[in-house]
Amino acid sequence: MILKALIFSNSFALIIALLLIFMDRVINNYGPCTLTINNDKEVQARGGTTLLRNLFESKYFIPSACGGKGTCGYCKLIVTEGGGSILPTEELMLSSAEKKQGYRLTCQLKVKNNLKLHIPEEYLNIQEYEGKIVISDPVTSDIRRVGIALSTEDEITYKPGQYVQIKIPGSGESDYRAYSMSSCPDEKKQIEINVKLIPDGVGSGYIHSLSVGDELDFSGPYGDFYLREDSHRDIICVAGGVGLAPIKSILLHWQRHNLNRTLWLFYGARSTEDLYDHEIFAELDEREAGLKYFPALSEPDEDWTGKSGFIHSVMDKALPGDVNGEAYLCGPPIMIDAVTEVLVSKGVSDERIWYDKF
Amino acid sequence: MNLFLLLFASVITSNIALSYFLGMCPFVTISKKIDVAAGMGIAVTMVMTLTASANWLIQNLLLVPLGLEFLQFLVFIVTIATIVQILEIVIDRYFPVMYLSFGIFLPLITVNCAILGISLFMVLRSYGFIETVLYSFGSGVGWLLAIVTMGGLRRNLVFSKPLANFGDPGITAIIAGIMALGFIGFTGVSG
Repeated sequence: MILKALIFSNSFALIIALLLIFMDRVINNYGPCTLTINNDKEVQARGGTTLLRNLFESKYFIPSACGGKGTCGYCKLIVTEGGGSILPTEELMLSSAEKKQGYRLTCQLKVKNNLKLHIPEEYLNIQEYEGKIVISDPVTSDIRRVGIALSTEDEITYKPGQYVQIKIPGSGESDYRAYSMSSCPDEKKQIEINVKLIPDGVGSGYIHSLSVGDELDFSGPYGDFYLREDSHRDIICVAGGVGLAPIKSILLHWQRHNLNRTLWLFYGARSTEDLYDHEIFAELDEREAGLKYFPALSEPDEDWTGKSGFIHSVMDKALPGDVNGEAYLCGPPIMIDAVTEVLVSKGVSDERIWYDKF
Repeated sequence: MNLFLLLFASVITSNIALSYFLGMCPFVTISKKIDVAAGMGIAVTMVMTLTASANWLIQNLLLVPLGLEFLQFLVFIVTIATIVQILEIVIDRYFPVMYLSFGIFLPLITVNCAILGISLFMVLRSYGFIETVLYSFGSGVGWLLAIVTMGGLRRNLVFSKPLANFGDPGITAIIAGIMALGFIGFTGVSG
């Protein structure tokens, strides 16, 4: 009896499994399809698999933070032909204007036939790089400055303020963590990131554990937080803690290219010890007439002679009400919200404020 | 005549949702809009009919002759999961329009108690094959009817002001209770 039951349940499970494999191979197999990208390039795709996966396999890197679950909305692209109707799983992540323009969530859209799609220019720049750590210096008790050199033939082109995704090797699928580049974009052979150690953090723990000479892989550049160069307004930069990284990149670019725009730098941290790179900016402040530097500490030590308090109140006093500027903010959400409020009260409108919250 | 009565009873008088209160999770959560409710209802009807029929064949052609009725639960659940998965693949491929309207509900139904309930009832009541097909189809249509009606009623909730403390699910359960009373009114018809 037991034997009979065992044989029955096993063969039943086997038949079911074979049936499902058969269905998946035969019915769910849409054969090879062609993706036409920007009316220009054609790549082969596997039908029955999602568009995002197919693009990754063809080395097109589309930002995606949720691992294809349809919850972050980063992977949307315009599909001009062959996409079919919008799936209910995409509805939440697309605004009605985006739906009209033909945006689709590529992680939800299964390739079933030939597709025509549009990939924005900045995504086409995204590549995979193999790097080697050349600098790993602690700058505060928990932040490290990490310099990564690209392998000899590679170069990376990016805008000041953009970020890279560092590959974190894991037991299963690799994980990616985003870090803003703090280096000047003119140095195409080497990038620099600032990594704050988060307790139990997967990415920061991994990067802090590496030392000079170790190799690591990353892809980039990503992000629409970068210096807009088509304007002549003042540049208002606000950094909180390790949020300094992309701001420093903007500052270095501004200095290197002698941009004829005033740069306001508001840099907030907790204590003198956390205010890394302060000497660099203080020295630049004396040399460059166009730089207005305002460091502030929220918990100042006794020998601190600069401003104290939160960075938004320091900015409220320092920034004139008639400033014609555009703002770049990077820091914790609470700082961004407070600073945005001050900026709006000074007449800097929402669409001229760019930020990176973390 | 007997078969007609069976079908009628399964749709109206012994409505699976309103007299057995099976399949309540989607009934409460997915009944906010009529069109979504209808999609869910159609999916339930299809899956119910297919799984109960398949389970009848497995029960009477395999389990009973082999004397393995005690494997019923295991086998029924696996059959339901398989049929749902195959159905999803097939509909996605050959009926993309249908897939768009109720495809995403299919995986949710795998663990719906109404589906398993029908398969178990048909064994309990020793229905024949034709009876099982009619009974499961009727039950599905009954569930569809109940959830679409609920969707229609809930749409009108904006005009009334139910006690805020009930919350959405609370008032839905109360509406379901009142609907069930209405359906009981048909009891005499099937005798």
